[in-house]
Amino acid sequence: MKEHLLSWLTFAPTAGALLLLFARVLMGAREETIRRLALALSLVPLGLCVPLLLRFDPMASGPQMVERVPWIRFFGFNVDYFVGVDGLSLWFVVLSALLVTISILASWRAIDQHVLAFHVFLLLLETGLIGVFVALDLFLFFIFWEVMLVPMYFLIGIWGYERRVYAAVKFIIYTMVGSALMLAAIISLYYLNGGTTFDIPAITENVRAGRLVLDPATERWLFWGFALAFLIKVPLFPFHTWLPDAHVEAPTAGSVILAGVLLKMGGYGLLRFNLPLFPQATEEFAGLLCGLAILSIIYGALVSMVQPDLKKLIAYSSVSHMGFVVLGIMARTEMGLQGAIFQMLSHGISTGALFIIVGVLSERRHTRWIAEFGGLARPMPVFSALFGILALASVALPTLSGFVGEFLVLVGTYTSELAHARAYTVLAATAMIFSAAYMLWTLERVLFGEITREENRHLPDVNGRERLTLIPLAVLVIVMGVLPNPILRRTDRAILELKQAVRGAVLVQSEPLGRRAPNPALFGSAAREQAESMRRR
Amino acid sequence: MLKALVLSPLIAAGILGIFGRRWSERLIAAIGCGSVGFSMLLAFRLFFGDLWPRPPEQRVIWEPFFSWIASGPLRVDWGFQLDALSGVYILFVTFVGFWIHVFAVGYMRGDPGYARFFAYMNLFMFMMLVLVLADNFLVMFVGWEGVGLCSYLLIGHYFDRAYAASAAKKAFIVNRIGDFGFALGIILIFATFGTLRFSEVMGTIAARFPEPEALGEIGLLTTIALLLFVGATGKSAQIPLYVWLPDAMAGPTPVSALIHAATMVTAGVYMVARCSDLYARSLTALFVIAVIGGMTALLAATIGLAQWNIKKVLAYSTISQLGYMFLACGAGAFSAAIFHVVTHAFFKALLFLGAGSVIVALHHEEDMRRMGGLKRAMPLTYGTMLCGWLAIAGLPPFAGFFSKDEILWRTWTSPVLPEPWGRLLWAIGWATALLTAAYMTRLIVLTFEGEERFARSAEGHALVPRESPPVMTIPLLVLAVLSVSGGWVGISEAYTGGRIANEFEQFVRPALARVPVHSDHLAIAEFGHGMELGLAAVTALAVLATLIWARRFYRRDPLRPAPRLLENKYYVDEIYEALLVRPIVRGSTVLLWRVFDVAIIDGAVNGVASAVAAGAAVLRRLQTGLVRSYIVMILIGALIVLGYFVFVGSQFPAR
Repeated sequence: MKEHLLSWLTFAPTAGALLLLFARVLMGAREETIRRLALALSLVPLGLCVPLLLRFDPMASGPQMVERVPWIRFFGFNVDYFVGVDGLSLWFVVLSALLVTISILASWRAIDQHVLAFHVFLLLLETGLIGVFVALDLFLFFIFWEVMLVPMYFLIGIWGYERRVYAAVKFIIYTMVGSALMLAAIISLYYLNGGTTFDIPAITENVRAGRLVLDPATERWLFWGFALAFLIKVPLFPFHTWLPDAHVEAPTAGSVILAGVLLKMGGYGLLRFNLPLFPQATEEFAGLLCGLAILSIIYGALVSMVQPDLKKLIAYSSVSHMGFVVLGIMARTEMGLQGAIFQMLSHGISTGALFIIVGVLSERRHTRWIAEFGGLARPMPVFSALFGILALASVALPTLSGFVGEFLVLVGTYTSELAHARAYTVLAATAMIFSAAYMLWTLERVLFGEITREENRHLPDVNGRERLTLIPLAVLVIVMGVLPNPILRRTDRAILELKQAVRGAVLVQSEPLGRRAPNPALFGSAAREQAESMRRR
Repeated sequence: MLKALVLSPLIAAGILGIFGRRWSERLIAAIGCGSVGFSMLLAFRLFFGDLWPRPPEQRVIWEPFFSWIASGPLRVDWGFQLDALSGVYILFVTFVGFWIHVFAVGYMRGDPGYARFFAYMNLFMFMMLVLVLADNFLVMFVGWEGVGLCSYLLIGHYFDRAYAASAAKKAFIVNRIGDFGFALGIILIFATFGTLRFSEVMGTIAARFPEPEALGEIGLLTTIALLLFVGATGKSAQIPLYVWLPDAMAGPTPVSALIHAATMVTAGVYMVARCSDLYARSLTALFVIAVIGGMTALLAATIGLAQWNIKKVLAYSTISQLGYMFLACGAGAFSAAIFHVVTHAFFKALLFLGAGSVIVALHHEEDMRRMGGLKRAMPLTYGTMLCGWLAIAGLPPFAGFFSKDEILWRTWTSPVLPEPWGRLLWAIGWATALLTAAYMTRLIVLTFEGEERFARSAEGHALVPRESPPVMTIPLLVLAVLSVSGGWVGISEAYTGGRIANEFEQFVRPALARVPVHSDHLAIAEFGHGMELGLAAVTALAVLATLIWARRFYRRDPLRPAPRLLENKYYVDEIYEALLVRPIVRGSTVLLWRVFDVAIIDGAVNGVASAVAAGAAVLRRLQTGLVRSYIVMILIGALIVLGYFVFVGSQFPAR
């Protein structure tokens, strides 16, 4: 188990899904048993995250806990089963494992039909989620990317609300359009790189060292092939319209996973592929993407503000928050990149929890319309306190997780070499005002004021199980806001190398032939130490 | 010790927030007041035992805590720093804070949210201490937004009243507009100096920017200074962001006294003083601050003259007094600003608590039209309120006289304000002083003198107001003593003919910057002590005359109607609503959401989808399953291919 930690992590949920099937077929387990068993099984990958974090070496370069086996050898097609983690992917693996467990807890009462199938899909989904983050072979990555779509499609389509089928189809078509382009780009890249390997670190190193030089037109095509798939996932304006529908129609667990993990794959993909593989195209389109990111931030916040449906409001707020992620990535400074990763983790937890909050309300009242509520702080004090903390994390109050990510992105953007860095920073910072406006207005309408509907007067407060789902997330939001360093430190090395890869590749390719040895002075560590020592003085 | 001082209220807040709901009021009060009292003792011990005995230039105590954010070149640590400026602040914040907590024990008696109230009050004390003791901009921002959060929570204490919830939200959002500027200022500071530590920024600023930026020049320092000041206009309720403070009176009165009068709202002044090295290098920023401060002082005082709600009068009075403080900052007299912060904390807290005592006695009546004649029933409250009244009006030897006079004199002689703005702003400040005397007299007369108007308005049973219990009157007495004597620590040297220096100024001076002196401007020394005393005498006499006249005027007809424009606060709220709030909400609903998002983008997506579906439906017809039709298709296809080769293909060159 020690050598195959990542494989165990990835496939434990699949094994769990099979076990659930056996439990039903062979032993005739009832629904309550299935739920308990699924919860227990989801704790296995979550528990495996402990050795994962313990064994992860923050100072080591490149992927760790690597496993590699030849897998497909077919007409010059060399696909390996190649997995590993580095600072970019580590926390997303943990986030996936955590949110699946939380989702199972959150669905305890909400899912009362096809209970077995629901949990089987959820566990299969987890394999896809973790697989995407640990895959180091392009083809394997693509397979996990597609694997994860299928359970998600069913989660929305079967257990969703009224317009679930429309939303599920919309979700899958949007994503498939992106995937198709990405597949074409992956295969082209494979042959351009010599047609021998899908090994992501190797291809990245080839690009960095100048052994794989793409002509600008090809680079642009490949850049967009990858980028579109990721930007749809993020989702960046104007590719975002699948998101409100998917969220609103999905069951709570679906929304949690969707907001918590799926959107992050977009950001992760940009970090893993677009930046290091196509540095010049990134440079070329950074302005455009930053512009779209700013639009997402402001537009998402304004549209969010006027939503009458609580779930849709939170869905649109995701568009706004994820805009920060793209902005930070495109800034390509250490603070911007690290801020983007932190923002994704923070958003995964706080927004995931906010969807559970909506779930708690809609289980009680079977409506998500804000106008139906009001004055809930009286009958539901604990619920209100949790809602308040999570909403304020979303508003990026300092000492809560949202602040760290957004502040790092803003500083990182301002200090970047982007052409209009200042304008981007100022425009993005307006989110401080708009997010306060939509979140606090929501709190006011849902929690405060007089109780306008008789039904709300005696709503039960969150019960033990709901507390078990929400309190850990609320605590995490506070801990991440006060002590972000344990997370940041484990991404330091990967971010530094990513930044060097981006920088180095641009330099190598723009310099004349023969002078391709990377200039050490421009490479972080030396300059960094120098700056460090100057500051100490 | 700094850590214990800061963390004590936080720990109490956590305990009360989690367990307090089941506890008795007595226990909650003990913990709530105890933690703040503990901080107060530590503050006094640190100040008099450690800071005071040191030589002036070594009065800095620095305690690092732990690393907060480390990313790339950014290093931010939790660290606390005590110097003369923050020393003064922790003294009065914990002292006034403690007595307001004690008052609240009585004021909040029987409130269902007793534990929640004290938890939030303690959390506020923690955040305020973080703000004051922070050793870098980002930790200060934590306190800055943290006090805003507590303000939000406490304004909304009576959350089931719609107006309270709405006022809380308004306070937070308006403050966020200010914080938007503040955050950008912080980012710009980091980009410029590569650090956020106060000592490092202020320590290198003189070397990096030796010359101050001239008036009208918008350079880097001016940009930073003005961005930070945007934050101050939000937190300290200045034009154009003052609109939240009057609404904030929806919170319980101790909250108004603590947060919205004595401590939090002066955070903007503190920030400007903390960054005085920066502000001293931008004459533009100083000028803007002085003008905004002066205008706010005057505008708020005129509105205060026409309000009927006793707390709203005090709220506008606070805005006006904060304007004075910024006027002083803008004139380059940072120590005078801080001095007024301290005296104002005493007398304004006193006035609010006195108002609270009245409000409780009248069963939560806040409208002065239904008060009157209370001096007989509430002699202690009346007597202490009189001290506050004379202190804010600025009659010697009450506290407000010395601090306000210092500000007026420093404005008159300001070396940084261009001609003739020093004297113009002095005139505005002078007029405001008279208005202050007038509206405060109106408040005292309407509340305590004349006939009792409350008995008539109470339906059914008659109201019999009683003096408040000792737990509320003792804080009043303590604050009354300080409202009388609090100003004596900063008596200008002019009164002793230069023999005894202004002790307050001497103490805080090492922590503050000295502003550059214009070469074309008269030096302060040339004005001399005679003129300072002369102006002070003129002001004091004018204030006295106003007090006497206003008392007669309002006693004759206490309920005389006020000008509608003033009563409606110049319609500023309505203007903001019509020009900003409504267009944004309507635009977002109709234009962005319904039209753009749903109709255009999603319409396009669905359009493509249905086009594909329609296309597929047409193509499906071809798959008839009839062999004959397939044969026809094959034939047509073959003909096309053949035709292509015959007519087009032949033109291609052969291989």
